[in-house]
Amino acid sequence: MNRKLSAFAKVSIFVAIACIIALWFTPMWRIDLAAPQYPEGISMNIWINDVKGDVEIINGLNHYIGMKTIHKNDFKEFVYMPIALGIFCALGLVVFFLNRRIGFYIWTGLLLLIALVSMYDFWKWEYDYGHNLDPTAPIKVPGMAYQPPLIGYKKMLNFEALSQPDIGGWFFVAAALLLTGASVYEWRRAKKMGL
Amino acid sequence: MKLSHLLLTAAAAALAVQGCKMKSTESAVGGDAASRTYVAPGKYDELYNFVSGGFSGQVAVYGIPSGRLLKVLPVFSVNPENGYGYSEETKPMLNTSQGFIPWDDQHHLALSQTNGEHDGRWLFANANNSPRVARIDLKAFKTMEIIELPNSGGNHSSPFLTENTEYVIAGTRFSVPIGNQESALDNASYKKNFKSTASFINIDKNSGHMNVAFQIILPGMDLDLSRAGKGPSHGWFFFSTYNTEQASTLKEVNASQKDKDFIVAVNWKKAEEYVKAGKAKKMATEYYHNTFNEETHSATSEIIKEVLTLDPTELKDFVYLIPCPKSPHGCDVDPSGEYIVGSGKLAALIPVFAYQKFVKAIEDKAFEGEYNGLPVIKYEAALHGEVQKPGLGPLHTEFDGKGNAYTSFFVSSEIVKWSIKDLKVLDRVPTYYSIGHLMVPGGDTKKPYGKYVVAYNKITKDRFLPTGPELAQSAQLYSIEGDKMQLLLDFPTIGEPHYAQAIPAEKIKDQSVKFFDIAKNKHPYVAAGEKATKVERKGNEVHVYMTAIRSHLTPDNIEGIQVGDDVYFHITNLEQDWDIPHGFAIKHAPTAELLVMPGETATLKFTPKQTGIYPFYCTDFCSALHQEMQGYMRVSAKGSNVPLKWGIGDTAPGAGADTTAK
Repeated sequence: MNRKLSAFAKVSIFVAIACIIALWFTPMWRIDLAAPQYPEGISMNIWINDVKGDVEIINGLNHYIGMKTIHKNDFKEFVYMPIALGIFCALGLVVFFLNRRIGFYIWTGLLLLIALVSMYDFWKWEYDYGHNLDPTAPIKVPGMAYQPPLIGYKKMLNFEALSQPDIGGWFFVAAALLLTGASVYEWRRAKKMGL
Repeated sequence: MKLSHLLLTAAAAALAVQGCKMKSTESAVGGDAASRTYVAPGKYDELYNFVSGGFSGQVAVYGIPSGRLLKVLPVFSVNPENGYGYSEETKPMLNTSQGFIPWDDQHHLALSQTNGEHDGRWLFANANNSPRVARIDLKAFKTMEIIELPNSGGNHSSPFLTENTEYVIAGTRFSVPIGNQESALDNASYKKNFKSTASFINIDKNSGHMNVAFQIILPGMDLDLSRAGKGPSHGWFFFSTYNTEQASTLKEVNASQKDKDFIVAVNWKKAEEYVKAGKAKKMATEYYHNTFNEETHSATSEIIKEVLTLDPTELKDFVYLIPCPKSPHGCDVDPSGEYIVGSGKLAALIPVFAYQKFVKAIEDKAFEGEYNGLPVIKYEAALHGEVQKPGLGPLHTEFDGKGNAYTSFFVSSEIVKWSIKDLKVLDRVPTYYSIGHLMVPGGDTKKPYGKYVVAYNKITKDRFLPTGPELAQSAQLYSIEGDKMQLLLDFPTIGEPHYAQAIPAEKIKDQSVKFFDIAKNKHPYVAAGEKATKVERKGNEVHVYMTAIRSHLTPDNIEGIQVGDDVYFHITNLEQDWDIPHGFAIKHAPTAELLVMPGETATLKFTPKQTGIYPFYCTDFCSALHQEMQGYMRVSAKGSNVPLKWGIGDTAPGAGADTTAK
């Protein structure tokens, strides 16, 4: 029984690893805020291990409504995420040398799992950030929560918020699509050959 | 004739008189003027216009073509609006050898140039009264340096620049005895003892730092304006001068007698060589040089004790006089560097000199004689030609880069456009009223921008709503794109606008500093974070290291201050965002308030005279909670045992000691 990987799948391993490594050099996610009094715009960039951009400005603004301030050190994700993705890349090499389809499927599943867990974690953080307001906050708007959109556009008071993958995020998406596509291709190839 | 006929005739006559009434002041405006100066909300102006503030001592920045006031830059006068000249950091900027001088008379401006074009780095400003020159940085729009001038009676002929910003010059308006000597006041002692000086201030290519490289001692007369040569005439400086009669009194009459005064032509390259060759004389003097440090956000004063002087009656061949009718004001060099336009303010014509002819006249020794030991060139030998019957009282000329010159006429209140080549008058427009200088953006450079001319008017009369006996001065914007000049806009200005400079917005706007990096703040009393705030007593002095951030000051409760203490409030603005300054004011502080830029530290000194509670607060509306941005200082009697305590929230002196009923 031939359980070996096609050349396409083998190449895709390295392309996917390269895409993931790009996350160390490019921001993963971005949240843009716009309001008439900020014509130059405010933007926050989430990296694999850091949060950059106009974080201090956002912190300054949010303290009126009692939102927590954002600090790099408060995110254990910035420790776990590089480790998880580092392990994922190392496993890719293992999958390559094992040269078994099942390994490739599991590895693809692992990336999708990381993506899912990250998005869930991100949503949970946003929920907490937008709902857990300081009871002594100077301004309270009845019934108002300030949870940013997980992905896409949302208007909050006079601010418009847009949340979307940044360059690194698109590399991640590309890696996930590539591996899923390669898995489907492997699956079909195996079926066709009656293996 | 019947009475009814008589009445009818009278009525008809009255109507006829009404029908031929005289031209009104608004008649010159064309139909599309409004749209050509309209800058829609959210759009920017095409040009920055830096306009001298005259007796306000400041410089104003307007947008062109809208005429909107963008900013007033504090330069030579204290400015309570932001604490300039009041804060401990900025006080040294206004130091002079005669002490702290918190005002001046600011006349002319010069934008730094590279290859004869404005480069957008610095703006230089003169102080006419207490002779000084300032350098303003165009990244932060801030006065960075002020240098005093020794041996100067009044710094009017200043600041004008060479084509690569090698030198900014400063010529004396009021001749005085050199070295602040006392002298009798009569024409004989004027002739003997009084001198004027032309100071050459060297500009450091990279930092912009100024130093008085040398001074040329000239005969007693009044230097008025100046222009550097450019292109072929680079290396020369031309000064207009009046009172070559050397009168010491009633100059209105006595300085207006001679048919021709002079344009003083200085070969500064040759002067530079003489200085290098050690031919300049060291002279003991004392003048101040004040510099603002971008990292400590503080100014320091340095006293300089000597100056190099050159005597052109000893070193003969670098200063020449060109006769020029009559009491010339402007002596303006055209963009090609070939023509020098003299504007005799009492003359009925405009003489235009040719640089090539002037140089040849020197070679040919075409001199008509000497004046106080300086060679005088024959008028005709240097003359390109005269513009005949241009108007009355020519003052100053700028150029459009297409071979046209624009001269302002004070007496006949108009701008006259004429051709440099054939000296023919091409067009004239009235100005309302009494124009002084005019400005074509880049009109003093090799490449004028050439779309507009702005008239700076000395008297405004009915241009704006009346405001009592004193009215704002006015600037008037004209289009010079077509053959005919067209009035587009009036806009009021601060002080009295004398001269101005303008530069395309693109050359400056993107380099504008948005805030100071707090990590680079090296102020000795910085509090880079609320944890660094504290209050320290050193004998009679108390230093409060305070921070400001939306929307609180830290500490906001201070106790243990005593009557008579010198309390220094060092406020650090922790914000790192554009346009978020915080103000600081304390009740009854007799100086001013502060306006502290993001990332900056500024210090207000206050010596309380009475016991009590002194509220302090932010004066610049900063946020929804601006009104809450306030605190208290408790001042106790001298020798009181109230300990020094401070804090905010949980750490405030009274916090935790809850005395309310439980």
